Amino acid sequence: MPTCLVVDDSKIIRKVAKRILAELDFEAQEAGDGSQALASVEQHKPDVVLLDWNMPVMDGLEFLEALRRHDGGQPTVIFCTCNNKAEHIRKALEAGADDYIMKPFDREILLSKFEQAGLC
Amino acid sequence: MRDQDFDLLTQLLKSTSGLSLGPDKRYLLETRLTPLALKNGFDGFDALADEIRFKRPQALIDDVVEAMTTNESFFFRDSTPFDILKNQVLPKMLASRGGKKKLKIWCGAASTGQEPYSIAMMMAEDPARWAGWDVQILATDISKDALKKGEEGSYSQFEVQRGLPVELMLKYFRQEGERWIISDDIKRRVTFKPYNLLDTSVAIGKFDIVFLRNVLIYFDTPTKSAVFEKVRNVMEKDGALFLGAAETVLGVTEEFRSIKGLRGLYMPTEYAQEASLSFAAAG
Repeated sequence: MPTCLVVDDSKIIRKVAKRILAELDFEAQEAGDGSQALASVEQHKPDVVLLDWNMPVMDGLEFLEALRRHDGGQPTVIFCTCNNKAEHIRKALEAGADDYIMKPFDREILLSKFEQAGLC
Repeated sequence: MRDQDFDLLTQLLKSTSGLSLGPDKRYLLETRLTPLALKNGFDGFDALADEIRFKRPQALIDDVVEAMTTNESFFFRDSTPFDILKNQVLPKMLASRGGKKKLKIWCGAASTGQEPYSIAMMMAEDPARWAGWDVQILATDISKDALKKGEEGSYSQFEVQRGLPVELMLKYFRQEGERWIISDDIKRRVTFKPYNLLDTSVAIGKFDIVFLRNVLIYFDTPTKSAVFEKVRNVMEKDGALFLGAAETVLGVTEEFRSIKGLRGLYMPTEYAQEASLSFAAAG
């Protein structure tokens, strides 16, 4: 079963994401900020990370930079945002995200992104 | 739903579009036509059926056919046929049509345009290979509303997220408010035209590649068989036909054979064996 790490400072969003992930047969881990997420990546070695951008302590961009500097295996990172501006999406990709998804999460879209990434 | 309404509408759909709805699809009629009834000022489904029964208004009948035949579509729907097109079929076409440098592709159930645009984007990604080629993509559908949307090339956030790789979205779409508009370069590669697969009177040309996915599932066997015969007549003898994952030629037609190991790809029977061997040798 593939593993997905949900990184978001909102407990409700993590809960919604985890429910959809369970339907898609993904094992879900969660983290409330980038720093917790780095520890979780180290421990659980997820296949994919759903990454929020604005978070306290360490935001999505800082997490991504630290993750991509890391020597270990690299998970697919899907950046999750409420801002659909092309420039914003482009910036996330340049920072090392593999893909993006708009919030609120949609089951069909998540499935389509996971398929594109070869995760299911 | 009254039995006589179900019979009336299923017969109407069968004769106008070939759509074959069994008793298990009563819900589909009701869920798709109730909003149409309300939009047209009727109390509900029964009143809409009565109007059709007693007055036969053509505009309303067109709307009913439209509502029942419009299928959802998304970019690069099921990645397998696009991979096969890119890695197997197009290289063969490049070799076999290298003299004339002309390639004609038909998407026979193009709906709102995602499939023909996906093909157009795939080819635009490889400009060196297709330089100097005349590639024509014809997109047809029975639904004029769907085609109009395809022609406009304007998609919602949901539509561009589903199946479309983000790099292609950023490269080939421009953002206008909440909509994503396909670029003129991609748009001009595709021609949209209304067309009923059951209509044998209109000539549409001869094609090298035909996409006819996820439409035959709605037809009964004799109708499927007739459509296959027609498709065969508008295809080159070494042409390639793509069907949906749930569709097959087995038990329906002798015109086409599947190509072993390439799911969803079919070729005219007289050429299929040779094609299977050449694909196997290449792949």
